Formats: sequence, structure tokens, C-alpha cells
Amino acid sequence: MSDESTGDREQNDGQRFDRLPATPAERTVEGRVSREAVVDYFDDRFGIPPETFDDHTFWEKGAGKIWIYGGEAPTPLEIEAIGMTCLRTRQEHWKPTTDFVQRFGTHATDCVIELDREEARAFATGEDQEIPRWDGDWGYLIGAHEIGVGPEGRPGRDGDSAELRSANRSSGQSTREDAVERGNLEPIGIGLYVHGELRSMVPKGRQREL
Amino acid sequence: MEPLERYRPIIDDFDAFLAACERPLGNAARVNTIKASVERTLATLEDEGLAYEQADWNPRVLRLETGSPGSTWTSFHGFTHGQEEVSAVPPVVLDPQPGERVWDCCAAPGGKATQIAALMDDEGTVVANDNNLGRISALRFNAERLGATSLAVTNDDARNYSLRRFSFDEFDRALVDAPCTCEGTIRKNPDALDNWSEGAIASVAGVQKGILRRAVQATREGGTVVYSTCTFAPEENEAVVQHALDEEDCRVVDFDIGLEHSPGLTEWNGEEFDSSLERAIRIYPHQNDTGGFFVAKLEVTA
Repeated sequence: MSDESTGDREQNDGQRFDRLPATPAERTVEGRVSREAVVDYFDDRFGIPPETFDDHTFWEKGAGKIWIYGGEAPTPLEIEAIGMTCLRTRQEHWKPTTDFVQRFGTHATDCVIELDREEARAFATGEDQEIPRWDGDWGYLIGAHEIGVGPEGRPGRDGDSAELRSANRSSGQSTREDAVERGNLEPIGIGLYVHGELRSMVPKGRQREL
Repeated sequence: MEPLERYRPIIDDFDAFLAACERPLGNAARVNTIKASVERTLATLEDEGLAYEQADWNPRVLRLETGSPGSTWTSFHGFTHGQEEVSAVPPVVLDPQPGERVWDCCAAPGGKATQIAALMDDEGTVVANDNNLGRISALRFNAERLGATSLAVTNDDARNYSLRRFSFDEFDRALVDAPCTCEGTIRKNPDALDNWSEGAIASVAGVQKGILRRAVQATREGGTVVYSTCTFAPEENEAVVQHALDEEDCRVVDFDIGLEHSPGLTEWNGEEFDSSLERAIRIYPHQNDTGGFFVAKLEVTA
């Protein structure tokens, strides 16, 4: 199957899950990104620390469709789904999914645009809107809004008393709950910011009138 | 309600039971702790001005006072998932632990599978299977919305399920939330009894027996299998568990749940069941103002 242009590399099989190679040097499938490239992208673009993904593996199924998974599986694997789709590669600009940023976007420090109540609502319904105040990078941003309580309201386990939670926090035992350092900001989804406009990328099936 | 008359001899305060079955059920939701703590979820509901009541038996189960529970920020963010109160019981009885391998044999649309993932802090492997491809898309949608990254989805018949595709050959726990005649969902779905017949019960009971046997076989010695249905028919409940006791290495074990319930039956229509079936629970709609459910907990033996 190999030819001059692809060397001895295989073509992507869109019907199965293949685990991403650790680094570009270990790549065996033409055009496939590496775990390193994916983790670096989330770090460079959104400031999500690479260790956020220490317990997760990344996979490709479908051309450029990258999945994040926390369970056990051999590669290759032919089943319906593992974990969630997290990123689209094999296009000019990589694009994270709304479900991914809702799950991991609380760790982001860059390219997060804070939306007020009405903007958040419009974003969730899929509307594009003029938001001239953004002076950061153009491209894909995480739309987020203030909601509920801040990190102090995130207990270790349900049923823990407030005193116990506070003790856990001061002793540094509570890790995941304290990862949110942006107050009450909660990611809503992915938007594309260009020319003063934030275009909601929230997929149709996830859009809601709130 | 005619088909339910057959349960008059086994249900205490049968008139209260019938009256409850005629009352519609309110909206319930489970807090998805993969996305947010109970406290943060409650604060978000309060921000939105939504009234709720926390279930006594489980702080993660809420009764919501809203006509459109899907159009809330808590739902949009995946902090909550609409799920009937008693439907949250089987995963709690299963008691999965972080890092384990767990099989949900009949998982679509995913309420219980994602609850299992949340109980495991989304650490470990939850294999969510369903034989119906159409329902798999709903399962996948819910798993992604709720952020369950520990979940793998397969589309197969659970009765002859193969683990060869995975890197392990047995599960620590399995949930068999079996397809059933759904009599217990009458409050949610008034059409639930429209196609009721004893033939339908007999037919689905055969499938249930096959799935439960395979679940016991696929679970390690000392592991746990929970069998549940949302129906009252003993043919689909105690008789199915009795079949597993007869054919596989397992026993019925006790568990505690803070909900009113009745014990499993040891006899129905002249058929005797093992006395251990008293350890199973029957939840009737009038006991906690919920839907109906049957839950049995099995331990896999040598």
C-alpha cells in the first residue's frame, strides 16, 4: 500500500479507534497527530496544563476526529465510541468540541471570553454576536459565564461537611475541586472570534433556549 | 390499570398503590458530579430561581419544580440529568468504585451508565452496551454532555457478549437493567400497559434470563451483579434471578437503601423461589411517591 509520497505509512482507517502515537516520531499513519501535539495545543492555545490529561489517552476515529478516553482499551478497537470527541484536526485550524471544553475548559487560563447573562444565553442558543471588547487572539475561544458558586463551593465528596471541606482545602487534599481558579466561571462552549464577532459553535443538538 | 389487578394479593394497601399509579409523576433529576458538586448545582438552580427538593435517601437526587427541566443552565452544562428518582437506585446498589471495570449490559439512553461513571469519579472503565443502534445515539449524546470520559460504548446482544475486543477478560461489576414490560413507569408513560399480555411477559423473561446469565459469567468471582427492572411481574423479577441461581455460580446478598420498599417474593402462582430472594427489593409507587422498581444484588461465587 505504500508509495513515494507516504513512505511506509498506513492510511487512516475511519472505522476504528487507533491510539495516537506519543510523539510525531512514532507516527505510523499518514496525517495522524500525536498525543504530544494535542496536549501542547491545549496548553498553548488555552493554557490547560498538560498534566490535566495524565489519566487520559487520545484516539483517532474518522479522519481528524480526536477522542479523549479515560478507560482501558487495546488499539486498534472497533466499537461505537470511547469517552468523547475532543478535537478536529486535519483542517487548517484545529477545533475543540463544545463537550470537551465543558468538561476540561475549567482548567483554561487563555482564550476564555467571559460573557454576561444575555450574551451567554445568545451563545447557548447558537447565535452569532458582535462583541468588540475582546483584544486577545482571534480564532477559537471558550465562551464562559459566571454561574453558581466558586471553587469554595466544590466539596470533595457529597455529604462532606463544610468544616471537613475547609480542612481538606487547607491541607491540600482536595485537588480536582480546587483546579478552578477563575472564580465562578463555567465554560459554555466553543466560539469562533473574528472581526469583532463571536460566532457560536455550539452544535445544533446541544443548543438550548435558556 | 386492569393488568395490575394480578398484584392485589402481593401488594400492601393495594388501593393506595392503584391511586398512586394514576397520579402523574413530577420531574426528577440526578446531579452529575463529573461536572459539578451537589452544592454548586444547587447554587446554580437557585440562581435560576428553580425550586427543588433533595431526596432524603440520596443528596444527588432532586425533585425539580419546572415544566421544562431540559431548558435550564444546570442541564445545559451537564450538572443535572433528567432521571426518575427510583431509576437512580440500581447504580447506588451496584456501588462501583473508582478504577474498576464495570459493564452496563442494557445501557441506552445512558442515565444509569453515566451515574455509574460519576460514582467512580470518572476513573476506570464503564462499558455501556445496548443492542439497539437507534438508542446508542442517545447514549452517546448523554455520555458526552455529561462528560463521562471513562465510558466505552458497544452495540451488541448482551446474551452472547464477547470481551475479546478489550484488554481484560472479566468485569468487577455488572448492571443488568433489563428490558421489561415497564409496568412501573405507568405514571410517566400512560401508554405503558397498552400492549400488556402474559405472553409479552413470558417472551421478555426469556431475554432477561439470557442477559443475567451472561452478566454473571462475565463478572469475576467475588464481583457484584445488580439485576433491576421497572416492572412488577414476578416472572420478570424473582423468577429471572432464581434462574441465575439455578444455572450460574452466584448468590443473592443484602443491601440497604433509604427508601420504603417491600421484600422480594418467595412464591408466585404456585412457583417457589429461594428464600434469599427476600433480600431483593420491590419499590411500589405509593411507598415513596415514585415509579415502581425491582432490584436484586448478586455476588458471584466460585
